[in-house]
Amino acid sequence: MPLEVRTTATLAEAASLLQADRSARFLAGGTLLMRAVNEGDVSFSTIVRTTDPAFARIRAAGGRIELGAGVTMAQILASRELAFLHPVARAVGGPAVRTMATVGGNLFAAHPYGDFAAALLALDARVQLASGFGAREVALDEFLASRDRTPRPLVTALSFERPSDPAAFRFRKMTRTHPKGAAVVTIAAHVPTSGGRVSGARVALGAMAGRPIRARGIERALEGRPLTAEGVAPAVAAAAREGDPPTDALASSWYRRRVVGVVLRRLLLGEP
Amino acid sequence: MTRAVRLELNGVEVAAVAEGGENLLTLLRERLGDTSPKAGCLQGTCGACTVLVDGEPVLACLMLAEAADGKRVTTVRGLADGPRLHPLQEAFMDGFAAQCGFCTPGMLVAAKALLDREPRPTREQVIEAIAGNVCRCTGYTPIVEAVLEAARRMAGRRG
Repeated sequence: MPLEVRTTATLAEAASLLQADRSARFLAGGTLLMRAVNEGDVSFSTIVRTTDPAFARIRAAGGRIELGAGVTMAQILASRELAFLHPVARAVGGPAVRTMATVGGNLFAAHPYGDFAAALLALDARVQLASGFGAREVALDEFLASRDRTPRPLVTALSFERPSDPAAFRFRKMTRTHPKGAAVVTIAAHVPTSGGRVSGARVALGAMAGRPIRARGIERALEGRPLTAEGVAPAVAAAAREGDPPTDALASSWYRRRVVGVVLRRLLLGEP
Repeated sequence: MTRAVRLELNGVEVAAVAEGGENLLTLLRERLGDTSPKAGCLQGTCGACTVLVDGEPVLACLMLAEAADGKRVTTVRGLADGPRLHPLQEAFMDGFAAQCGFCTPGMLVAAKALLDREPRPTREQVIEAIAGNVCRCTGYTPIVEAVLEAARRMAGRRG
């Protein structure tokens, strides 16, 4: 059945349309929603999209980085100021998917996808939302915990502090196929050190819980420790207790619990 | 609800009417008669429908047809210059880089996107460029070799 497509000039108009029509879904890059359309998903009858330039805008000159939710992985890769995020954007799909897939859409990617969202969690990102009632902002982990609740607000932008030391931001995705594959485990970590000891660690896991999560147990175990084999051992041990890893065609829950600590140790020690 | 879509397809201005929610692949194949991009998975997984939109590779099955309005679209049909095949196409033929051929249009377009940006790619860059394109016949090696060979031939012609 043909769908109704509503194209708005502003994000606010798009948010109002979505608020007013429960059968409407928002289209950004299309890598999630157009799959549903092609499958004949009848749970929605209207597609809302926007041509608002703010939706695809990158503000990365200062300390606080703001990404419009419609910014694509290819745009991230084309931005020199966002070089620390290039390994993350490159982990999403192949080149054609990266032309299309957006940072906002990645927040809604079902397990085992959502690698960019994991990185944003480790950066303690905040999510800007718009609904018919106006704009508001929530922490990303809070947003992800309720992302499937309806009606869904419109994600308009994401913002986070630039890591003061780019080397403090680490990202690794373990896949079964290379160079493109879905995650067995994804880990993003922001581990700044002060006097050789971790201070203010933030660690996020992808493919370990049905959605990307903050790994508070790992973070606590890292605090005040040096990034040495001995120093990270408690965090590596804590990794197996994080989340509730699903079993799927890529890996079993048991395997994900066994391997997450190995990936974490290599990431923290800078091993291949 | 239908929508008129005007675009430049392989250098020619064309127009067609798309149904609401119709993807670019359907518009190209069924409305505009360009069946060179293939309908494989319709899930963005196989890459057989890869086309260039304003020079960038996209999956035509996942792009809303009306979002291509006013854009420049290149399919594999647009690679050849009249009867003269593109060096990528020649290298694919010479190197037996196609067996069943279903992935070939997407492979060629993905490879063209790479060579447009990076005329002398490394093997790793070629592998990365076709990472979203699935081939179940060749084991990829002849395809990677053909793209590298095409790059060498094109560099030779530029002299």
